[in-house]
Amino acid sequence: MYSYSEFDTAFLAERNRQFRGQVERRVSGALTEDEFKPLRLMNGLYLQLHAYMLRVAIPYGTLNSAKMRKLAEIGERWDKGYGHFTTRQNIQYNWPELKDVPDMLDALAEVGMHAIQTSGNTIRNVTADHFAGAAADEIADPRPVAELMRQWSTDHPEFQFMPRKFKIAITGSPNDRAVTKAHDIGIRMVERDGARGYEIIVGGGLGRTPMIGKVINDFLPEADLLPYLEAIVSVWNQIGRRDNKYKARIKITVHEHGIDEIRRLVDERFEETRKTFSGVDVQMLREIEEHFAAPAFVAKSEAPFKDAYHNDPVFRSWADMNLTAHKADGYKIVSISLKKHGDTPGDATADQMRLMADLAEEFAHDELRVSHEQNVILPHVHVSDLPAIHARLKEAGLATANIGLISDIIACPGMDYCALATARSIPIAQEIATAFDDLKREHEIGALKIKISGCINACGHHHVGHIGILGLDRAGVENYQITLGGDHTEQAKVGDRVGPGFSADDVVPAVERIVDTYLDLRTDETEEFIDTYRRTGLTPFKAALYPETKVAAE
Amino acid sequence: MPKAFTPKVVTANHLLAGDVIYQTADGWTRNLSDAEVLTDVADADLRLIEASQQVDEVVGAYLADVAVEDGVPVPTHFRETFRATGPSNYAHGKQVELS
Repeated sequence: MYSYSEFDTAFLAERNRQFRGQVERRVSGALTEDEFKPLRLMNGLYLQLHAYMLRVAIPYGTLNSAKMRKLAEIGERWDKGYGHFTTRQNIQYNWPELKDVPDMLDALAEVGMHAIQTSGNTIRNVTADHFAGAAADEIADPRPVAELMRQWSTDHPEFQFMPRKFKIAITGSPNDRAVTKAHDIGIRMVERDGARGYEIIVGGGLGRTPMIGKVINDFLPEADLLPYLEAIVSVWNQIGRRDNKYKARIKITVHEHGIDEIRRLVDERFEETRKTFSGVDVQMLREIEEHFAAPAFVAKSEAPFKDAYHNDPVFRSWADMNLTAHKADGYKIVSISLKKHGDTPGDATADQMRLMADLAEEFAHDELRVSHEQNVILPHVHVSDLPAIHARLKEAGLATANIGLISDIIACPGMDYCALATARSIPIAQEIATAFDDLKREHEIGALKIKISGCINACGHHHVGHIGILGLDRAGVENYQITLGGDHTEQAKVGDRVGPGFSADDVVPAVERIVDTYLDLRTDETEEFIDTYRRTGLTPFKAALYPETKVAAE
Repeated sequence: MPKAFTPKVVTANHLLAGDVIYQTADGWTRNLSDAEVLTDVADADLRLIEASQQVDEVVGAYLADVAVEDGVPVPTHFRETFRATGPSNYAHGKQVELS
């Protein structure tokens, strides 16, 4: 894991000192809200429905036990004893008071964390595959490159007042777990003729106008990354629309100008930016890579795992659902579900955070990750330690065996917290998870991703959910639109809208009808929901959801 | 013909705590039922201007629709219901603070 240099530490201390002064001036009345708002947003502080909200960056979702314990301490000391992990691999605190925020930022700085550029029209926290550095299918660990980009983009003088926010995601695996095609820039690490390089995707995004990103460069040599990224952001910074915030994101710029024209402009600009990078960026990358050296994996007997797997059905169910193949022999990646049925997706109490920190320190080479699917990952676990880990997770309410199932739902905070939301998301997620758990159907249903957003901005990634749910305000009543067939992977696709929305009371029954239709249609239990949907299309699902329309048409 | 004016309250977030507050005849309250109900458009506009000028106490003042039931203002839109009570996933916010 990257450790801060003297420069990083000094920079952060100075930023925090400045923000403390800004808060003092706001409280004294020396700054108006109009003057203060851009300053607080630069430091991740929002004013939401019921309180301030502090969004803390977790760069590329990577934590160690010290950082996780600090997040727990902050939740306990200045919030209501919990935190909310988000689809951008960050954590949000929903209840801080303004006067406490400078102290919270100082506490974060003690472990090399901050909330800089978690808001505002800047380059936001760089996200990455949550299995980075561990996955068996990985070409290379994307985190050193993500860290290089973090350093390049943090406080970048040219990119502090852009047309709109800008999000970058990177994956080092051909199986895309970082939703790279729905980011302003998506980066896929690739190899060609033995050389390492990057496929650069540009102009993806969800929100009001969902777009799948387009390849602007299918093989960018490793050494050209930062000057090329700088060229892309620089071109958009100049020609991106500032007249209409809904048309300001780079996806609209790419759509309006065409990918070929954008590529030409970027290539032209790249000729200039390349000259300004002396190669020090590549040298820095080499130094950063040393911080991310793989841990010293050990060889141990796998007998404890095999015994538990054969003798304990609860452990077996958890192991079947929540483990992923690791690159090292005898190791697994553990996904800790923050989706206990009926709980709020992505929330963890301070005690739960501390337990996860303890487990990381004792069993997992002191590493943790936050996934964009709002779960926490122990990336490096020897299988012999899994029974002990499972037992302790179970005691803490963290052993739900539902990764990738219908109750492993992404949900934004929605109108329970967010000032932008048009409807609630959390209760819908809670009701769906509880309904399918009551019937013990989710293992029969198999892999199915539900993603819920409480407004058109799509923080809950509903467009790329197998079942996407979008909460809207229809004439003063919460109403939920459903999309089907979205895909967040390397085969990214925006889901198809099924038809008119459903009331809050009708949305869970609607999801049940969709699932029943899938179970009737699937060839056998090996055909997953998304494959059935691709085979049959929308028609049978639409008929199940709107039978009266079918009758009227006949 | 202009739309008939419906009863309103002035609401905002408190600068320091960030929580929802409502204007009363002589200050602010955290409880919607204690808020001053405004039934006259000119009066409402004036009270909003007065609230907006209190920059060292309140943030984002606006007029919210209410209905008056048994002499007490109640929300007419679900967003204002959540603001007046708190989130639905935890017993946090006004639903516990006011009880």
